[in-house]
Amino acid sequence: MTTHKFPVEVAALTRVRIDKSPMRLASERFMDNKVALVSMIVLLLIILVSVGAPLLTHFNPNVQNLSNTDAPPSALHLLGTNSEGMDYLSRDLYGGQRDLLIGFSDTIIVLWIGIVLGGIAGYSGGWVDSLVMRVCDFMFNFPFLLLIIILSSIFNTTGVGLLITVIGLTGWPGVTRLIRGLFLNLRQAEFVLAAKMAGAGDLRIIFKHMIPNIMGTLVVTATFQMASIISAEAALSVIGFGVQPPTPTWGNVLSGALDYFTLRTEPWAWLPPALLITLTILCINFIGDGLRDAFDPISSASLKCLPGNSHLQ
Amino acid sequence: MTEALLKVQDLVKYFPIHRGVFQHTVGHVKAVDGISFTVNRGETLGVVGESGCGKSTMGRSVLRLIEPTRGRVEFEGKDVLALNKQGMRIMRREMQIVFQDPYASLNPRFTIGQTLLEPMKIHHLHNPRERLQHVYRLLDRVGLAAEYARRFPHEFSGGQRQRVGIARALAVDPKLVILDEPVAALDVSVQSQVLNLLEDLQNELNLTFVFIAHDLSVVRHISDRVLVLYLGRMAEIADSEELFTHPLHPYTKALLSAIPVPDPDAKRERIILQGDLPSPANPPSGCPFHTRCPVAVDKCRQEVPVWREVQSGHHVACHLV
Repeated sequence: MTTHKFPVEVAALTRVRIDKSPMRLASERFMDNKVALVSMIVLLLIILVSVGAPLLTHFNPNVQNLSNTDAPPSALHLLGTNSEGMDYLSRDLYGGQRDLLIGFSDTIIVLWIGIVLGGIAGYSGGWVDSLVMRVCDFMFNFPFLLLIIILSSIFNTTGVGLLITVIGLTGWPGVTRLIRGLFLNLRQAEFVLAAKMAGAGDLRIIFKHMIPNIMGTLVVTATFQMASIISAEAALSVIGFGVQPPTPTWGNVLSGALDYFTLRTEPWAWLPPALLITLTILCINFIGDGLRDAFDPISSASLKCLPGNSHLQ
Repeated sequence: MTEALLKVQDLVKYFPIHRGVFQHTVGHVKAVDGISFTVNRGETLGVVGESGCGKSTMGRSVLRLIEPTRGRVEFEGKDVLALNKQGMRIMRREMQIVFQDPYASLNPRFTIGQTLLEPMKIHHLHNPRERLQHVYRLLDRVGLAAEYARRFPHEFSGGQRQRVGIARALAVDPKLVILDEPVAALDVSVQSQVLNLLEDLQNELNLTFVFIAHDLSVVRHISDRVLVLYLGRMAEIADSEELFTHPLHPYTKALLSAIPVPDPDAKRERIILQGDLPSPANPPSGCPFHTRCPVAVDKCRQEVPVWREVQSGHHVACHLV
């Protein structure tokens, strides 16, 4: 029996793909991270119910019904209605669409600006680098709130598009500085010099050698960016400079419920949007943590849970 | 056989030191300060010196991975420093480098096969269909199995990675390979394997090596001639045997006395150098070595010693020789 078993095992072992790419190893480590995995599922659910809001509720979130204001939860209005008779549930669900749209598109905008500017600065160095970094310093101190106030008074309203543009065009300095640092480091990495010795041109070095090696950090940065952008939207709405009401966003639903009476007596008004914001940000942050641990097993505490990965340096 | 392949004349690399808000230059780190040597076809020139003496900067300046401040580098009579980007790309088919740290010198996202294929693709070497065969031949030549081509660097030990680094340098069939401390990061047992591999490759492929190291016993093993650097300047150059048996420069003598001798009864005089390597940003006047030299006289503090030939092929920069 045992003599038969051994060669079978060897055969099974040799069939295992031993040549796992770093990306594959990272995704396997991510899958082992329960918290990140659950966060991923919850976030996907939130995205699904937001995008699929028209299928889940037949109430238009913007239609007033002045004969049914401040209604408590009922079979018809599961989370009640607000002071203008709008259905809270549908406002919460539709609100997610805007928040996620702002989060995703601003993350992409910020990341693109960051990669292009940071990449140019870090790769070329010298005066180009100094110039980009000085612009970054300037933008770091740029009065973001003032810009929003001025723009909203110029356009007399704050639409989703305007908010996306403003957050996108002011949010890039941090990411740019980070990516510039990564490029600066990699520029002198020996494998980049080796590629240069092999005759590789600048574009080949940037796209084939540098960017794949900062991909992990980029993805992690992107998740944290998105979390902070969503919380920025909520904060702006609460102080009155977010997307113009009655357009539903989580921040708007929340700020509409911020009076003493509602806070005391109608938890169904503010609890769901607050929970959704918190849950979304938490999930994104946990996913970011999971990704960081997956991409960078040395610096993470998860290393000791993964016996046999110590050879990964 | 004594035809010069690489000629370096008065190579200088100063790194500017920037200070203040406006990044004005307040001084220079004189990493390489006037180095000249020739390497003949098929020979190995060893370059030794302690950390920070400019060995690596010199090697990289020759290949223009670092742009030298001035000087002249000739490869087969062609002026390397005058080449434009495209010319340099072609020139790098002839001159290659093996890096010190095998953990940093391989792209972690490339398989070994991709790493070895890249230079061939860039230079359009071989028929695309035959390239993979060539990769297998290269792996075989450096003592690695062909199936390793599918694997990623993190699956290999330091010694194996360094073999991949050597194979990559050989992928374009270069004439000259600069070995920048290729065994310094390896275990002693693996060091000798890699050194033997390098010697075999040199004989098989008629390669010319510039072997940079800080370990004299390693250099003695592999070099035909040895150049000793101190603080970015040349101290001594001689045939390997001559240098090890009749060192002339006090710095060379001190270096040689530091090689451990595997005989507990052997009586020998250790010359222990006092103090640290002076800063190359502010090198001592006169002979750069006088601050630590056990036999320095007044002249050493004032005059820079002339580089002169003492015997045929044995040059030294010291007032007292």
